[in-house]
Amino acid sequence: MRLRPRRLITPIALVAVWEGAAQAGVLSPDKLPPPSKVAEAAWRLTLDGSLGLHLLESVERAALGLLIGGLLGLFLGAVAGLFRNGDDLVDPPVQAARMLPHLGLVPLLIIWVGIGESLKVSLVALGAFFPIYLNTYAGIRDIDERLVEAARTCGLTQLERIRHVVLPGAMPSLFLGLRLAFAAGWLSLVVGEQVNGQSGLGFMMMEARDFSQTEIVVLGLIVYASLGLLSDLALRTAERRALSWRRGLKAS
Amino acid sequence: MASRPEGVVTATGVRRVFGGTTVLDGVDLRIEKGEVVALLGESGSGKSTLLRILAGLDEEATGEFTTFGSKAVVFQEHRLLPWKRVAENVALGVRGGDAPDRTATALEEVGLAERGRAWPSELSGGQSQRVAFARALVREPDLLLLDEPFGALDALTRLKMQALFGRLRARHGFAALLVTHDVEEALLLSDRLLVLDRGRIAEEIEVDLGHPRAVDVPGFNELRRRLLALLHVPADPEE
Repeated sequence: MRLRPRRLITPIALVAVWEGAAQAGVLSPDKLPPPSKVAEAAWRLTLDGSLGLHLLESVERAALGLLIGGLLGLFLGAVAGLFRNGDDLVDPPVQAARMLPHLGLVPLLIIWVGIGESLKVSLVALGAFFPIYLNTYAGIRDIDERLVEAARTCGLTQLERIRHVVLPGAMPSLFLGLRLAFAAGWLSLVVGEQVNGQSGLGFMMMEARDFSQTEIVVLGLIVYASLGLLSDLALRTAERRALSWRRGLKAS
Repeated sequence: MASRPEGVVTATGVRRVFGGTTVLDGVDLRIEKGEVVALLGESGSGKSTLLRILAGLDEEATGEFTTFGSKAVVFQEHRLLPWKRVAENVALGVRGGDAPDRTATALEEVGLAERGRAWPSELSGGQSQRVAFARALVREPDLLLLDEPFGALDALTRLKMQALFGRLRARHGFAALLVTHDVEEALLLSDRLLVLDRGRIAEEIEVDLGHPRAVDVPGFNELRRRLLALLHVPADPEE
């Protein structure tokens, strides 16, 4: 993935127009502050350490939620994908639950786990679970049966077939699931952090809204976006490394 | 059976029914040590089904069938794992500390000693199929099961691969069951031909043409015509 400078033209131009419009008074500073003010707020909050603190808090929640939801999705997806009994027992309820908009569960979750940390982590875990489950399941199911057969004729036991054929074969799908899970995870975090809280980016934004500090609200949005972007970038790099065998396929 | 213990394949009354359709209706088959047997038949005659049964890939077949010694399979498609390098594909399931050496030897034998580090996606169709042969050879099989192994290759590559098969066979002396729909290929490579028709072995022909052989050896065309007739194909365009 090469960074082509031409692709930077429009984003920079848009920021410049935004700044210009704000300076010229076209945009009301209460509604949308200029990027320079947002940068200023970022600098200020970085220096006093509060941005770092909120950021760390949010990243911790996201990581914990992704870990719980991801592992659960991976495990159940593997059980449903690998074993017929697992498929019959696990898949129907998961497919049904998938139709529930998980962000709509907030009121119910508040009753179940309260408005504290567990709510945020549960929401992220729920958001991450479904993409991981579905893509693990699909990845295992879509494996070319002929390759499994060839592995059998090579004398591989069932466990070895899972290790050498099924898991690597499901990898591309798994990575897709991971990327979707990260996206859903961040989204869930944003929603979760707006429900009460004493820390985190969401708390920072809600507090700023109460004091009409629009630039901090915008800053929060930008930090959320950067987190999403960075995690996606990291995943794509990991994917390129893990799936280097696909390079030849892509070129042809 | 006790009187001729050296056979690598013994099968009696093999039956296989798919849904309501009987594909194999009591097939008897015996392959001696080091013998190459070609299995011909129209498409849908059950050739591949029989091979899959002998390869242990079909659990629903009935009848008696046993293979002795080690066996390896080469399919029409190379079936290499795309996420493993060529050498790892060849070494798949090979146990023992000498696996790397054996892998290198097998790759050398199919003329791909330099490509061990390549990904399967970087190989041509012919090269991939040669790797598939190396993957079979590295197991030092007493019996090679070949399911139209040259069927997906272009005509020139096919000729080269058939020659390679002849050389490998001369060196290793494995027995083989070669499923093919190519009459000339069957005549070039096999010691004995079996024609499968409506689920049974309809004809058995010894090929006494010597080795190595070419399509212009005396007797080749006569056998070819006989086989085509058995397969319900007119040997001459006018017929």
